[in-house]
Amino acid sequence: MTNEELKIKLSELLSTVTFEEAGQWLNVNMDPKDWLSFAGSLRNHPELNFDYLFCLTCIDWKTHLSMVYHLESTQYRHTIVIKSKLDRNQPQIESASYIWRTAEFHEREVYELFGVNFLNHPDLRLLILPDGWEGKFPLRKDFEDPVNMIRL
Amino acid sequence: MDLKPGIQNNPFPGEVQPTPSGGILVTAIDDVINWARSNSLWPLVFGTSCCAIEMMSTASAKYDWSRFGFEVTRATPRQADVIIIAGTIVNKMAPALKRLYDQMADPKYVIAMGACAISGGPFFYNTYSVVKGADHVIPVDVYVAGCPPRPEALLNSLITLQKKIKAGMTREQIRNESKNETK
Repeated sequence: MTNEELKIKLSELLSTVTFEEAGQWLNVNMDPKDWLSFAGSLRNHPELNFDYLFCLTCIDWKTHLSMVYHLESTQYRHTIVIKSKLDRNQPQIESASYIWRTAEFHEREVYELFGVNFLNHPDLRLLILPDGWEGKFPLRKDFEDPVNMIRL
Repeated sequence: MDLKPGIQNNPFPGEVQPTPSGGILVTAIDDVINWARSNSLWPLVFGTSCCAIEMMSTASAKYDWSRFGFEVTRATPRQADVIIIAGTIVNKMAPALKRLYDQMADPKYVIAMGACAISGGPFFYNTYSVVKGADHVIPVDVYVAGCPPRPEALLNSLITLQKKIKAGMTREQIRNESKNETK
């Protein structure tokens, strides 16, 4: 499906999405509270069939955090990028790990580095950081570590 | 790139006193030991990051390091002589590096390859996890600059290490000398 057709289809599924034209993939902005149902329909809808989540990450803009999901369909070969803004003081979003199993590990990584709370995640704990780093979110822009970090 | 044949000749140290039936080689035992050690240093498999790719390429056919005696790379530190730290050392890896170095048998030598092992490299500023230089963890003999260093640069550092051993100037040898003097 081309980007235009995807735009029409996605607006049908969730009416509050907005689109950005940036690069070759369609960028979709949405609200984090609609994530679970939207993700389910992205996966299960027969004409969309997004079954490959190939990137799940978080970006820290200084005023807010935003989650970024890259989805592709192995059947139709179309790709979209989904972004949603999270509130900095209480960042939480539904977990996508029951829909795409790979999200389990990626969400653990985002939890340990940014502090985003994933609701209903089966096993939310630190992935790569050693013990003792709970509560410290190193990749946030306001993270201070006088021992290791040398400010440029 | 080929080394000219005249550069890499390692004459056996000592001088020959001619006698009617051949000759007697007179030398210092330290020279012979240093010569033997420097010409057969076995490196330990230790590549953490991108410099490991350059190390692998130095080890393979085009820039072969086994012509200098680094024939066998050992996976176990008990059988290795030199550890080439190829890559970034992070805070989580530092105790493992210290343990490997402690497990190596004397005499052991260390080459710090690449910017990350020398001083933290491109990760010197603004990172929570990188050790700013492998010499915060273990004592280093030879530093190779580059990010990553070319295979020719790594070969140059191996030859420098060999020269250092023959001259008796590695940290190992200096430590032993001072130990023997104070006895």
